[in-house]
Amino acid sequence: MNRRFDGALFTLAVLLLWELLYRVVGSAGLSSPLTTFAAVVHLLSSGAFWKNVSATADAFALAVVFSLAGGLAIGLLLGLSRFAGDVFDPILNALTAIPKITLYPVILLFFGLGMEAKVAFGTIHGIFPVIILTMNGVRNISPVVRKAARAMRLTPAQTIRTVLLPAALPEIVSGMRIGVSLALLGTLIGELFASDRGIGFMLIQSVEHSDVPTTMAITVLLFAVAVVGGMAMLRVDRRLHQGG
Amino acid sequence: MSRVGVTRAAIVIGAIGVIEVCCRTGVINHLTMIPPSAMFVAAWHLLGMGAIQRDLLFTVTNTAAAIVIAVIAGFVAGVILNAVPRLRRIVDPLLAAYYAVPTFIFYPLLVAMLGLNRAPLIAIGAVLGVVAMTVNTLAGLDRIPRVYLRTAAAMRMSRIATALLVQLPAATPHLVTGVKLAVSYSIVGTIAGEFILSVAGLGRAMSLAYNNLDNATMYGLMLILIVTVTLINLGIYEWERAVHRRWGLR
Repeated sequence: MNRRFDGALFTLAVLLLWELLYRVVGSAGLSSPLTTFAAVVHLLSSGAFWKNVSATADAFALAVVFSLAGGLAIGLLLGLSRFAGDVFDPILNALTAIPKITLYPVILLFFGLGMEAKVAFGTIHGIFPVIILTMNGVRNISPVVRKAARAMRLTPAQTIRTVLLPAALPEIVSGMRIGVSLALLGTLIGELFASDRGIGFMLIQSVEHSDVPTTMAITVLLFAVAVVGGMAMLRVDRRLHQGG
Repeated sequence: MSRVGVTRAAIVIGAIGVIEVCCRTGVINHLTMIPPSAMFVAAWHLLGMGAIQRDLLFTVTNTAAAIVIAVIAGFVAGVILNAVPRLRRIVDPLLAAYYAVPTFIFYPLLVAMLGLNRAPLIAIGAVLGVVAMTVNTLAGLDRIPRVYLRTAAAMRMSRIATALLVQLPAATPHLVTGVKLAVSYSIVGTIAGEFILSVAGLGRAMSLAYNNLDNATMYGLMLILIVTVTLINLGIYEWERAVHRRWGLR
Protein backbone atom coordinates (compact mmCIF):
# COMPACT_ATOMS: atom_id res chain seq x y z
CA MET A 1 0.00 0.00 0.00
CA ASN A 2 2.78 2.34 1.05
CA ARG A 3 4.69 1.31 -2.05
CA ARG A 4 1.77 1.99 -4.31
CA PHE A 5 1.31 5.39 -2.68
CA ASP A 6 4.98 6.23 -3.30
CA GLY A 7 4.65 5.10 -6.91
CA ALA A 8 1.60 7.29 -7.44
CA LEU A 9 3.41 10.20 -5.79
CA PHE A 10 6.37 9.70 -8.11
CA THR A 11 4.16 9.56 -11.22
CA LEU A 12 2.42 12.71 -10.11
CA ALA A 13 5.77 14.45 -9.57
CA VAL A 14 6.93 13.45 -13.05
CA LEU A 15 3.71 14.75 -14.64
CA LEU A 16 4.02 17.99 -12.69
CA LEU A 17 7.63 18.48 -13.79
CA TRP A 18 6.62 17.74 -17.37
CA GLU A 19 3.85 20.37 -17.23
CA LEU A 20 6.23 22.90 -15.67
CA LEU A 21 8.86 22.21 -18.32
CA TYR A 22 6.18 22.67 -20.97
CA ARG A 23 5.24 26.05 -19.50
CA VAL A 24 8.90 27.11 -19.68
CA VAL A 25 9.89 25.66 -23.05
CA GLY A 26 6.65 26.23 -24.94
CA SER A 27 4.89 24.17 -27.56
CA ALA A 28 7.71 24.29 -30.14
CA GLY A 29 9.78 21.86 -28.10
CA LEU A 30 7.32 19.99 -25.97
CA SER A 31 3.65 19.19 -25.80
CA SER A 32 1.83 19.24 -22.48
CA PRO A 33 0.93 15.93 -20.79
CA LEU A 34 -2.72 16.42 -21.69
CA THR A 35 -2.08 17.15 -25.39
CA THR A 36 0.33 14.21 -25.53
CA PHE A 37 -2.19 11.79 -24.08
CA ALA A 38 -4.78 13.05 -26.56
CA ALA A 39 -2.22 12.33 -29.31
CA VAL A 40 -1.60 8.86 -27.86
CA VAL A 41 -5.33 8.11 -27.97
CA HIS A 42 -5.51 9.47 -31.51
CA LEU A 43 -2.56 7.29 -32.58
CA LEU A 44 -3.96 4.16 -30.99
CA SER A 45 -7.22 4.60 -32.88
CA SER A 46 -5.61 5.23 -36.28
CA GLY A 47 -5.11 2.45 -38.81
CA ALA A 48 -1.87 3.91 -40.20
CA PHE A 49 -0.27 3.64 -36.78
CA TRP A 50 -1.04 -0.06 -36.46
CA LYS A 51 0.25 -0.74 -39.96
CA ASN A 52 3.55 0.84 -38.91
CA VAL A 53 3.53 -1.14 -35.67
CA SER A 54 3.18 -4.38 -37.59
CA ALA A 55 6.01 -3.39 -39.98
CA THR A 56 8.28 -2.73 -37.00
CA ALA A 57 7.13 -5.90 -35.26
CA ASP A 58 8.00 -8.04 -38.32
CA ALA A 59 11.53 -6.63 -38.58
CA PHE A 60 12.01 -6.78 -34.81
CA ALA A 61 10.90 -10.42 -34.64
CA LEU A 62 13.37 -11.44 -37.35
CA ALA A 63 16.18 -9.45 -35.73
CA VAL A 64 15.43 -11.19 -32.41
CA VAL A 65 15.48 -14.63 -34.05
CA PHE A 66 18.83 -13.95 -35.75
CA SER A 67 20.33 -12.37 -32.61
CA LEU A 68 19.28 -15.18 -30.30
CA ALA A 69 19.96 -18.14 -32.58
CA GLY A 70 23.23 -16.73 -33.93
CA GLY A 71 24.37 -15.45 -30.56
CA LEU A 72 23.62 -18.72 -28.83
CA ALA A 73 25.44 -20.82 -31.46
CA ILE A 74 28.53 -18.60 -31.59
CA GLY A 75 28.60 -18.12 -27.82
CA LEU A 76 28.38 -21.87 -27.18
CA LEU A 77 31.12 -22.61 -29.68
CA LEU A 78 33.48 -20.01 -28.19
CA GLY A 79 32.59 -20.97 -24.63
CA LEU A 80 33.49 -24.62 -25.12
CA SER A 81 37.16 -23.88 -25.67
CA ARG A 82 39.10 -21.88 -23.10
CA PHE A 83 41.58 -20.83 -25.80
CA ALA A 84 38.94 -19.63 -28.30
CA GLY A 85 37.27 -17.68 -25.51
CA ASP A 86 40.52 -15.95 -24.51
CA VAL A 87 41.24 -15.07 -28.14
CA PHE A 88 37.80 -13.64 -28.92
CA ASP A 89 36.85 -11.96 -25.64
CA PRO A 90 38.58 -8.59 -26.31
CA ILE A 91 37.56 -8.66 -29.98
CA LEU A 92 33.91 -9.13 -28.99
CA ASN A 93 34.15 -6.40 -26.37
CA ALA A 94 35.58 -4.00 -28.94
CA LEU A 95 32.87 -4.91 -31.48
CA THR A 96 30.16 -4.41 -28.86
CA ALA A 97 31.41 -0.93 -27.99
CA ILE A 98 31.54 0.33 -31.59
CA PRO A 99 28.77 2.86 -32.13
CA LYS A 100 26.83 0.71 -34.61
CA ILE A 101 25.19 3.77 -36.03
CA THR A 102 28.43 4.57 -37.87
CA LEU A 103 27.82 1.39 -39.85
CA TYR A 104 24.44 2.43 -41.22
CA PRO A 105 25.79 3.59 -44.59
CA VAL A 106 27.50 0.20 -45.00
CA ILE A 107 24.30 -1.65 -44.13
CA LEU A 108 22.38 0.50 -46.59
CA LEU A 109 24.93 -0.06 -49.33
CA PHE A 110 24.84 -3.82 -48.79
CA PHE A 111 21.13 -4.33 -48.21
CA GLY A 112 19.40 -1.33 -49.76
CA LEU A 113 16.41 0.43 -48.25
CA GLY A 114 13.85 -1.76 -46.57
CA MET A 115 13.25 -4.85 -44.51
CA GLU A 116 16.69 -6.47 -44.88
CA ALA A 117 18.51 -3.35 -43.72
CA LYS A 118 16.26 -2.98 -40.67
CA VAL A 119 16.73 -6.63 -39.70
CA ALA A 120 20.49 -6.39 -40.22
CA PHE A 121 20.60 -3.28 -38.06
CA GLY A 122 18.59 -4.93 -35.30
CA THR A 123 20.79 -8.03 -35.46
CA ILE A 124 24.16 -6.26 -35.23
CA HIS A 125 22.83 -4.51 -32.12
CA GLY A 126 21.30 -7.55 -30.50
CA ILE A 127 23.71 -10.38 -31.24
CA PHE A 128 26.81 -9.33 -29.26
CA PRO A 129 25.42 -9.40 -25.72
CA VAL A 130 23.96 -12.85 -26.44
CA ILE A 131 27.33 -14.11 -27.71
CA ILE A 132 29.31 -12.63 -24.81
CA LEU A 133 27.00 -13.72 -22.00
CA THR A 134 26.45 -17.20 -23.45
CA MET A 135 30.21 -17.60 -23.84
CA ASN A 136 30.86 -16.46 -20.26
CA GLY A 137 28.04 -18.63 -18.95
CA VAL A 138 29.49 -21.74 -20.56
CA ARG A 139 33.05 -20.86 -19.54
CA ASN A 140 32.07 -20.41 -15.91
CA ILE A 141 30.43 -23.83 -15.61
CA SER A 142 32.26 -25.82 -12.97
CA PRO A 143 34.71 -28.29 -14.59
CA VAL A 144 33.25 -31.06 -12.42
CA VAL A 145 29.96 -30.80 -14.29
CA ARG A 146 31.65 -31.20 -17.65
CA LYS A 147 33.78 -34.06 -16.38
CA ALA A 148 30.65 -35.77 -15.11
CA ALA A 149 29.10 -35.42 -18.57
CA ARG A 150 32.19 -37.04 -20.06
CA ALA A 151 32.18 -39.84 -17.47
CA MET A 152 28.59 -40.60 -18.43
CA ARG A 153 29.69 -40.79 -22.06
CA LEU A 154 27.16 -38.27 -23.26
CA THR A 155 27.45 -37.37 -26.93
CA PRO A 156 28.38 -33.73 -27.65
CA ALA A 157 24.76 -32.99 -28.60
CA GLN A 158 23.51 -34.57 -25.37
CA THR A 159 26.10 -32.67 -23.34
CA ILE A 160 25.02 -29.37 -24.82
CA ARG A 161 21.31 -30.04 -24.47
CA THR A 162 21.18 -31.66 -21.03
CA VAL A 163 24.25 -30.24 -19.26
CA LEU A 164 25.76 -27.06 -20.70
CA LEU A 165 22.61 -25.17 -21.70
CA PRO A 166 20.80 -25.74 -18.39
CA ALA A 167 23.92 -24.90 -16.37
CA ALA A 168 24.53 -21.66 -18.25
CA LEU A 169 20.84 -20.75 -18.49
CA PRO A 170 20.84 -17.76 -16.09
CA GLU A 171 23.65 -16.02 -18.03
CA ILE A 172 22.11 -16.95 -21.37
CA VAL A 173 18.79 -15.46 -20.33
CA SER A 174 20.53 -12.26 -19.15
CA GLY A 175 22.21 -12.05 -22.56
CA MET A 176 18.90 -12.64 -24.31
CA ARG A 177 17.21 -9.95 -22.26
CA ILE A 178 19.84 -7.36 -23.20
CA GLY A 179 19.94 -8.69 -26.76
CA VAL A 180 16.18 -8.35 -27.23
CA SER A 181 16.12 -4.74 -26.00
CA LEU A 182 19.11 -3.79 -28.15
CA ALA A 183 17.54 -5.52 -31.16
CA LEU A 184 14.49 -3.27 -30.70
CA LEU A 185 16.76 -0.24 -30.45
CA GLY A 186 18.65 -1.31 -33.58
CA THR A 187 15.48 -1.98 -35.54
CA LEU A 188 14.12 1.45 -34.63
CA ILE A 189 17.38 3.18 -35.57
CA GLY A 190 17.33 1.27 -38.84
CA GLU A 191 13.84 2.60 -39.49
CA LEU A 192 14.93 6.16 -38.83
CA PHE A 193 17.35 5.96 -41.75
CA ALA A 194 16.58 3.02 -43.90
CA SER A 195 12.88 2.62 -44.22
CA ASP A 196 9.66 3.98 -45.57
CA ARG A 197 7.45 2.42 -42.91
CA GLY A 198 7.52 1.44 -39.25
CA ILE A 199 7.51 3.25 -35.93
CA GLY A 200 11.02 4.67 -36.40
CA PHE A 201 9.98 6.06 -39.78
CA MET A 202 6.83 7.57 -38.25
CA LEU A 203 8.95 9.16 -35.54
CA ILE A 204 11.41 10.79 -37.93
CA GLN A 205 8.50 11.96 -40.13
CA SER A 206 6.78 13.63 -37.22
CA VAL A 207 10.10 15.27 -36.28
CA GLU A 208 10.62 16.56 -39.80
CA HIS A 209 7.08 17.95 -39.89
CA SER A 210 7.58 19.51 -36.43
CA ASP A 211 4.54 17.59 -35.26
CA VAL A 212 5.51 17.77 -31.59
CA PRO A 213 2.44 16.02 -30.05
CA THR A 214 2.89 12.99 -32.34
CA THR A 215 6.64 12.86 -31.63
CA MET A 216 5.94 12.98 -27.91
CA ALA A 217 3.12 10.44 -28.16
CA ILE A 218 5.34 7.93 -29.99
CA THR A 219 8.12 8.59 -27.49
CA VAL A 220 5.80 7.97 -24.54
CA LEU A 221 4.41 4.79 -26.10
CA LEU A 222 7.89 3.43 -26.88
CA PHE A 223 9.01 4.31 -23.37
CA ALA A 224 6.03 2.49 -21.86
CA VAL A 225 6.51 -0.60 -24.04
CA ALA A 226 10.25 -0.71 -23.31
CA VAL A 227 9.82 -0.28 -19.55
CA VAL A 228 7.01 -2.83 -19.26
CA GLY A 229 8.78 -5.34 -21.52
CA GLY A 230 12.13 -4.71 -19.83
CA MET A 231 10.66 -5.21 -16.37
CA ALA A 232 8.92 -8.44 -17.38
CA MET A 233 12.16 -9.85 -18.79
CA LEU A 234 14.05 -8.66 -15.73
CA ARG A 235 11.68 -10.54 -13.45
CA VAL A 236 12.33 -13.82 -15.29
CA ASP A 237 16.05 -13.06 -15.29
CA ARG A 238 16.21 -12.38 -11.54
CA ARG A 239 14.21 -15.49 -10.69
CA LEU A 240 16.65 -17.66 -12.67
CA HIS A 241 19.66 -16.08 -10.97
CA GLN A 242 18.19 -16.59 -7.52
CA GLY A 243 17.07 -20.15 -8.23
CA GLY A 244 20.56 -21.18 -9.36
CA MET B 1 53.45 -12.12 -27.37
CA SER B 2 51.45 -15.01 -25.97
CA ARG B 3 49.87 -17.71 -28.10
CA VAL B 4 46.48 -16.12 -27.45
CA GLY B 5 47.74 -12.72 -28.56
CA VAL B 6 49.32 -14.07 -31.73
CA THR B 7 46.16 -15.97 -32.66
CA ARG B 8 44.03 -12.92 -32.00
CA ALA B 9 46.25 -10.71 -34.17
CA ALA B 10 46.23 -13.35 -36.91
CA ILE B 11 42.43 -13.52 -36.87
CA VAL B 12 42.01 -9.75 -37.05
CA ILE B 13 44.58 -9.38 -39.84
CA GLY B 14 43.12 -12.42 -41.63
CA ALA B 15 39.61 -10.95 -41.50
CA ILE B 16 40.85 -7.65 -42.93
CA GLY B 17 42.74 -9.62 -45.60
CA VAL B 18 39.64 -11.54 -46.63
CA ILE B 19 37.67 -8.29 -47.01
CA GLU B 20 40.57 -6.79 -48.99
CA VAL B 21 40.60 -9.75 -51.40
CA CYS B 22 36.80 -9.71 -51.75
CA CYS B 23 36.89 -6.02 -52.63
CA ARG B 24 39.83 -6.31 -55.03
CA THR B 25 38.38 -9.27 -56.92
CA GLY B 26 34.95 -7.70 -57.21
CA VAL B 27 33.13 -10.19 -54.96
CA ILE B 28 32.14 -7.03 -53.11
CA ASN B 29 31.25 -4.27 -55.53
CA HIS B 30 33.46 -1.17 -55.13
CA LEU B 31 30.34 0.99 -55.02
CA THR B 32 29.32 -0.95 -51.93
CA MET B 33 32.63 -1.06 -50.12
CA ILE B 34 36.16 0.05 -50.84
CA PRO B 35 39.14 -2.18 -49.91
CA PRO B 36 40.50 -1.71 -46.35
CA SER B 37 43.84 -0.51 -47.75
CA ALA B 38 42.02 2.24 -49.63
CA MET B 39 40.19 3.12 -46.40
CA PHE B 40 43.52 3.57 -44.64
CA VAL B 41 44.81 5.82 -47.42
CA ALA B 42 41.60 7.86 -47.36
CA ALA B 43 41.72 8.16 -43.57
CA TRP B 44 45.33 9.32 -43.73
CA HIS B 45 44.47 12.04 -46.26
CA LEU B 46 41.43 13.12 -44.29
CA LEU B 47 43.40 13.50 -41.06
CA GLY B 48 45.51 16.14 -42.81
CA MET B 49 42.49 18.23 -43.75
CA GLY B 50 41.47 21.22 -41.64
CA ALA B 51 37.73 20.60 -42.00
CA ILE B 52 38.03 17.06 -40.68
CA GLN B 53 40.25 18.16 -37.81
CA ARG B 54 37.56 20.66 -36.82
CA ASP B 55 34.88 17.96 -37.02
CA LEU B 56 37.03 15.58 -34.99
CA LEU B 57 37.65 18.23 -32.35
CA PHE B 58 33.92 19.03 -32.25
CA THR B 59 33.01 15.39 -31.71
CA VAL B 60 35.76 14.74 -29.15
CA THR B 61 35.01 17.81 -27.01
CA ASN B 62 31.28 17.08 -27.03
CA THR B 63 31.87 13.49 -26.05
CA ALA B 64 34.27 14.50 -23.29
CA ALA B 65 31.75 16.99 -21.91
CA ALA B 66 29.01 14.35 -22.02
CA ILE B 67 31.22 11.86 -20.18
CA VAL B 68 32.12 14.34 -17.44
CA ILE B 69 28.47 15.26 -16.89
CA ALA B 70 27.33 11.62 -16.97
CA VAL B 71 29.97 10.47 -14.47
CA ILE B 72 29.45 13.31 -11.99
CA ALA B 73 25.64 13.36 -12.21
CA GLY B 74 25.47 9.56 -12.15
CA PHE B 75 27.67 9.38 -9.06
CA VAL B 76 25.70 12.07 -7.22
CA ALA B 77 22.39 10.40 -8.14
CA GLY B 78 23.75 7.07 -6.87
CA VAL B 79 24.78 8.60 -3.55
CA ILE B 80 21.41 10.31 -3.13
CA LEU B 81 19.43 7.16 -3.98
CA ASN B 82 21.58 5.17 -1.58
CA ALA B 83 20.78 7.67 1.16
CA VAL B 84 17.02 7.74 0.47
CA PRO B 85 15.85 4.10 0.22
CA ARG B 86 12.24 5.15 -0.20
CA LEU B 87 13.07 7.02 -3.41
CA ARG B 88 15.32 4.22 -4.57
CA ARG B 89 12.53 1.66 -4.28
CA ILE B 90 10.40 3.66 -6.70
CA VAL B 91 13.18 4.43 -9.16
CA ASP B 92 14.79 0.97 -9.16
CA PRO B 93 12.56 -0.61 -11.85
CA LEU B 94 13.10 2.45 -14.05
CA LEU B 95 16.87 2.15 -13.67
CA ALA B 96 16.70 -1.54 -14.51
CA ALA B 97 14.63 -0.99 -17.65
CA TYR B 98 16.41 2.19 -18.69
CA TYR B 99 18.62 0.75 -21.39
CA ALA B 100 15.67 -0.99 -22.98
CA VAL B 101 14.35 2.46 -23.91
CA PRO B 102 15.77 3.83 -27.16
CA THR B 103 17.00 7.03 -25.52
CA PHE B 104 17.88 8.68 -28.81
CA ILE B 105 14.15 9.21 -29.37
CA PHE B 106 14.50 12.17 -27.02
CA TYR B 107 16.95 13.80 -29.37
CA PRO B 108 14.39 15.82 -31.36
CA LEU B 109 12.92 17.07 -28.09
CA LEU B 110 16.35 18.10 -26.84
CA VAL B 111 17.00 19.97 -30.08
CA ALA B 112 13.73 21.81 -29.69
CA MET B 113 14.56 22.66 -26.08
CA LEU B 114 18.25 23.48 -26.36
CA GLY B 115 18.52 24.64 -29.96
CA LEU B 116 20.32 23.21 -32.97
CA ASN B 117 23.86 23.43 -31.61
CA ARG B 118 26.20 21.25 -29.62
CA ALA B 119 24.13 21.35 -26.41
CA PRO B 120 21.63 18.62 -27.40
CA LEU B 121 24.51 16.40 -28.54
CA ILE B 122 26.21 16.71 -25.17
CA ALA B 123 22.87 16.24 -23.42
CA ILE B 124 21.98 13.02 -25.23
CA GLY B 125 25.46 11.61 -24.56
CA ALA B 126 25.11 12.45 -20.89
CA VAL B 127 21.55 11.10 -20.71
CA LEU B 128 22.71 7.81 -22.19
CA GLY B 129 25.72 7.46 -19.91
CA VAL B 130 24.37 8.70 -16.60
CA VAL B 131 22.30 5.67 -15.59
CA ALA B 132 25.16 3.20 -16.04
CA MET B 133 27.13 5.32 -13.56
CA THR B 134 24.21 5.53 -11.12
CA VAL B 135 23.56 1.78 -11.21
CA ASN B 136 27.21 0.98 -10.61
CA THR B 137 27.58 3.57 -7.85
CA LEU B 138 24.63 1.91 -6.10
CA ALA B 139 26.13 -1.53 -6.66
CA GLY B 140 29.45 -0.35 -5.22
CA LEU B 141 27.86 1.21 -2.13
CA ASP B 142 25.66 -1.86 -1.60
CA ARG B 143 28.62 -4.20 -1.55
CA ILE B 144 30.71 -2.42 1.06
CA PRO B 145 31.11 -4.96 3.87
CA ARG B 146 29.23 -3.90 7.02
CA VAL B 147 32.31 -4.51 9.12
CA TYR B 148 34.15 -1.64 7.37
CA LEU B 149 31.49 0.82 8.46
CA ARG B 150 31.43 -0.59 11.99
CA THR B 151 35.20 -0.28 12.20
CA ALA B 152 34.97 3.32 11.03
CA ALA B 153 32.35 3.98 13.71
CA ALA B 154 34.51 2.29 16.35
CA MET B 155 37.37 4.57 15.36
CA ARG B 156 35.01 7.50 15.74
CA MET B 157 35.58 8.68 12.20
CA SER B 158 33.38 11.56 11.10
CA ARG B 159 30.83 10.93 8.34
CA ILE B 160 32.96 12.82 5.85
CA ALA B 161 36.09 10.90 6.80
CA THR B 162 34.15 7.62 6.55
CA ALA B 163 32.86 8.55 3.12
CA LEU B 164 36.26 9.60 1.79
CA LEU B 165 38.55 7.10 3.51
CA VAL B 166 36.35 4.01 3.73
CA GLN B 167 33.32 4.04 1.45
CA LEU B 168 34.88 5.64 -1.63
CA PRO B 169 37.91 3.34 -1.80
CA ALA B 170 35.77 0.27 -1.06
CA ALA B 171 33.38 1.14 -3.90
CA THR B 172 36.13 2.01 -6.38
CA PRO B 173 36.03 -1.15 -8.54
CA HIS B 174 32.32 -0.67 -9.22
CA LEU B 175 32.81 3.03 -9.81
CA VAL B 176 35.47 2.26 -12.41
CA THR B 177 33.08 -0.16 -14.14
CA GLY B 178 30.49 2.63 -14.06
CA VAL B 179 32.92 5.06 -15.67
CA LYS B 180 33.77 2.47 -18.33
CA LEU B 181 30.13 1.97 -19.27
CA ALA B 182 29.33 5.69 -19.04
CA VAL B 183 32.19 6.43 -21.47
CA SER B 184 31.08 3.91 -24.04
CA TYR B 185 27.38 4.87 -23.79
CA SER B 186 28.16 8.59 -23.95
CA ILE B 187 30.25 8.09 -27.07
CA VAL B 188 27.43 6.15 -28.73
CA GLY B 189 24.91 8.83 -27.73
CA THR B 190 26.91 11.79 -28.98
CA ILE B 191 27.82 10.20 -32.30
CA ALA B 192 24.29 8.87 -32.86
CA GLY B 193 23.05 12.41 -32.28
CA GLU B 194 25.40 13.77 -34.92
CA PHE B 195 24.03 11.27 -37.39
CA ILE B 196 20.38 11.89 -36.72
CA LEU B 197 20.08 15.67 -36.85
CA SER B 198 23.34 17.44 -36.62
CA VAL B 199 25.11 20.68 -37.21
CA ALA B 200 28.71 19.48 -37.30
CA GLY B 201 31.01 16.68 -36.24
CA LEU B 202 32.29 13.45 -37.71
CA GLY B 203 28.82 11.87 -37.75
CA ARG B 204 27.48 14.63 -39.96
CA ALA B 205 30.55 14.58 -42.20
CA MET B 206 29.91 10.88 -42.74
CA SER B 207 26.23 11.42 -43.50
CA LEU B 208 27.18 14.08 -46.06
CA ALA B 209 29.78 11.85 -47.70
CA TYR B 210 27.22 9.05 -47.89
CA ASN B 211 24.64 11.31 -49.50
CA ASN B 212 27.25 12.50 -52.02
CA LEU B 213 28.18 8.86 -52.83
CA ASP B 214 31.74 9.77 -51.81
CA ASN B 215 32.76 6.31 -50.63
CA ALA B 216 36.43 7.14 -50.03
CA THR B 217 35.59 9.95 -47.61
CA MET B 218 32.82 7.97 -45.97
CA TYR B 219 34.87 4.85 -45.33
CA GLY B 220 37.89 6.93 -44.34
CA LEU B 221 35.83 8.76 -41.72
CA MET B 222 34.28 5.52 -40.55
CA LEU B 223 37.72 4.04 -40.04
CA ILE B 224 38.91 7.08 -38.09
CA LEU B 225 35.83 6.94 -35.88
CA ILE B 226 35.90 3.22 -35.24
CA VAL B 227 39.64 3.08 -34.56
CA THR B 228 39.47 6.04 -32.17
CA VAL B 229 36.50 4.65 -30.25
CA THR B 230 38.04 1.18 -30.09
CA LEU B 231 41.35 2.49 -28.75
CA ILE B 232 39.56 4.50 -26.07
CA ASN B 233 37.43 1.51 -25.08
CA LEU B 234 40.35 -0.91 -24.98
CA GLY B 235 42.33 1.56 -22.85
CA ILE B 236 39.50 1.81 -20.34
CA TYR B 237 38.97 -1.96 -20.42
CA GLU B 238 42.62 -2.43 -19.42
CA TRP B 239 42.33 0.24 -16.72
CA GLU B 240 39.29 -1.51 -15.26
CA ARG B 241 41.13 -4.83 -15.25
CA ALA B 242 44.13 -3.26 -13.52
CA VAL B 243 41.94 -1.71 -10.82
CA HIS B 244 40.02 -4.93 -10.29
CA ARG B 245 43.27 -6.88 -10.01
CA ARG B 246 44.63 -4.43 -7.45
CA TRP B 247 41.46 -4.76 -5.41
CA GLY B 248 41.87 -8.50 -5.60
CA LEU B 249 38.73 -9.10 -7.64
CA ARG B 250 40.33 -11.07 -10.44
